[in-house]
Amino acid sequence: MKTETKIGFILLITPLLLWLVLLIIIPHIDMFLVSIRERVGVRQYQSSLANYGTFFEEPLYIWTFVRTATMSILATLITLVIAFPASYYIAKMAKGRTQSVLFLLCLVPFWVSEIVRTFGWMILLRETGLVSSVLQWTGIVSGPVEMLYNDTAIMIGLVYTSMLFMVVPLVTTLESLDDQIIEAAYDLGGSGLSILREVIIPHAAPGIVAGSIVVFMLTLGNYLTPTMLGGKDSLWFTELIYLQFIVRFNWELGAAFGFMLLLLSSIIVWSVLRLTGQTLEKTMG
Amino acid sequence: MIPSIPQSRFVRFIYTAYVVLFFVYLAVPLIVVAIFAFNDSQFPSLPWEGFTLAWFFGDARPIIGIFHERTILSSILTSTIVGVSVSILSVAVGTTNAFLFNRYQFPGRGFLYVLMLLPLVVPGIVLGISILVFSSTIANAVWSGFSLELETLRPGLGLVVLGQFSFIATIATLVISARLQKFDQTLEDAALNLGADRLTAVRTITLPYLAPAMIGAGVVAFLMSFENFNTTLMLVGSDAPLTITMFDRMKEGSTPILNAVSLLLMVGSSLLALMMILVQRRS
Repeated sequence: MKTETKIGFILLITPLLLWLVLLIIIPHIDMFLVSIRERVGVRQYQSSLANYGTFFEEPLYIWTFVRTATMSILATLITLVIAFPASYYIAKMAKGRTQSVLFLLCLVPFWVSEIVRTFGWMILLRETGLVSSVLQWTGIVSGPVEMLYNDTAIMIGLVYTSMLFMVVPLVTTLESLDDQIIEAAYDLGGSGLSILREVIIPHAAPGIVAGSIVVFMLTLGNYLTPTMLGGKDSLWFTELIYLQFIVRFNWELGAAFGFMLLLLSSIIVWSVLRLTGQTLEKTMG
Repeated sequence: MIPSIPQSRFVRFIYTAYVVLFFVYLAVPLIVVAIFAFNDSQFPSLPWEGFTLAWFFGDARPIIGIFHERTILSSILTSTIVGVSVSILSVAVGTTNAFLFNRYQFPGRGFLYVLMLLPLVVPGIVLGISILVFSSTIANAVWSGFSLELETLRPGLGLVVLGQFSFIATIATLVISARLQKFDQTLEDAALNLGADRLTAVRTITLPYLAPAMIGAGVVAFLMSFENFNTTLMLVGSDAPLTITMFDRMKEGSTPILNAVSLLLMVGSSLLALMMILVQRRS
């Protein structure tokens, strides 16, 4: 490299390295180090796996962990199933102006904070809420119904909150599918279902993977929606982390929990990428 | 499956109905929030007690509107300050990153690129606690080494800005890179041939070309920061940004003032987003 380009290179790589090293890499290493130390006295620590032991010995922790993972996977699948037909409509059925308007309409709910979205569902679902009132008014039920504070409510909120992150990648990949390919498949005798399975879904695969990864991640790490819609017994893993860090001030155990969450999300993201033959650069970049 | 392929009317009807329902589903929670901002009642729920603007302008008990509610106003200010800082930082680092990845081939480039993407697949709460743990480690070390208390490394707005920046920078990088990739580099070469030095060429040719993407990334960064909850929750000190204040209020039981704040948020962010689209369309 010439000196000039060399100086340019150093100037450009410095912010990147500062950001990644100081805010991502070292903090995570430090979190891991904290998670493998045990308090044996005042300001006295020794390294041990005791915190992970606590995690694996306490059924409540394991149960919450497994439950969070399964519900996140389920929420991702539901989001995908709901979003796919709508995205397909926006990308392939709607044309011109309608298309851009519909796409924008999809984005609107996500320009506002997650807390507002969750609040909307609370107003709808609570005992004195709209859905309950409508049900009473139509005579389907005779008294107020509480629809908050259960798993369905959590699921509704999670799916709603994640929708955008599924719709955007799906619309983008589906838009790039040439209409003529679908027509050709049709002319060759493909039925709707076989075209979907053999042409459309393979083409949309990068979008499906990208959307699913982001939605899964956001759901797994969500704190607000499970707490607000699920109430005290929502048993979401992030709540345990919050509890240890902020309420109990047991950072060692909290860090171990955080590390378990990170491990879980990394394993799942990695295996989804491997199974579908995608790479992080291709799906995210 | 596409308009040019014949479909039975029934299938077409079902499909359209599904899409309509989908948009209703997206809209209903927000509409409900907006409507109850005008309910003359202590609770954001039925029965409807009549239309009022008191949750915006009211200045006496029992209804104190947002424009007279100190805590909420100051947390909006806090969120704005945090949002602007995150936005400036992210666009700056995003731009240098975009140039780095587009213009230079160097060993470890692919590795750094993947590393740069990673913050998107780390749960926000983990980003939050890892930064909290690390900053406390440094602050404690400084304290026991030099008896110096580094206030900025304790939970507070500084850490909130860093925590949000740690993943919003990735998004800014991706947005700005996407536009820089489409840039015709011969334009810069032409400027160099005409006697400009490299810095002048970048400043007068490339940066103006990148401006829409930088503005776009800035707006997105601001909105993401403004609505961030998870990372902020772990790093917040005594000055709470708006989402944290609203969360605390909601736990205590909500009054329609939250609806009023939400409505303002919706209007504000829609205007910002509209502005961004106009800027991008003009270019």
